[in-house]
Amino acid sequence: MTKSELIEKIISRQPQLSPKDVELAVKTLLDAMSQSLSSGERIEIRGFGSFSLHYRAPRLGRNPKTGEAVDLDGKFVPHFKPGKELRDQVNDSLHDKH
Amino acid sequence: MTALTKAELAEKLFEDLGLNKREAKDMVDLFFDEIRDSLSRNEQVKLSGFGNFDLRDKRQRPGRNPKTGEEIPISARRVVTFKPGQKLKVRVEAYAGSQSQH
Repeated sequence: MTKSELIEKIISRQPQLSPKDVELAVKTLLDAMSQSLSSGERIEIRGFGSFSLHYRAPRLGRNPKTGEAVDLDGKFVPHFKPGKELRDQVNDSLHDKH
Repeated sequence: MTALTKAELAEKLFEDLGLNKREAKDMVDLFFDEIRDSLSRNEQVKLSGFGNFDLRDKRQRPGRNPKTGEEIPISARRVVTFKPGQKLKVRVEAYAGSQSQH
């Protein structure tokens, strides 16, 4: 499912809002989530999961083209931990099929 | 620092887009419910600019009860993984940069 398919799904289940409003709302939500993570703030969605930042230590990398060593700074990367409900629901889908 | 929650996301829709409180709350619930439902149908979710939620099937593997040391197999399972998109990665890395400057 892509972002536009997600928007379509929500439109079909949300008759109170215009398609334009739903589209804007989805974009606003994703932007607020990105904004939160990029300011170092966690996201906690009960039943769905949480997003946080994981630190990656500085390391010596290599330019794959020239083979030259480059110092890479430490950095933060986004991390998602699925919540129990999501974990269970997804795992059940594996067993339903067999 | 506090965390961003559903309540704050709904507040954001209320403030920025002028949805009423009911609409804002429904919208936030639907957003996460639809993503979860897609994943529960074994369908990957790709949100460009933010990231992809992928599914992986894991085979059964040997495990151990950490308390008793007893061997118990970890059953085959399906798990969700999140792969952040390029745009999000770059935004988050900029945070690391701002942290190292003080």
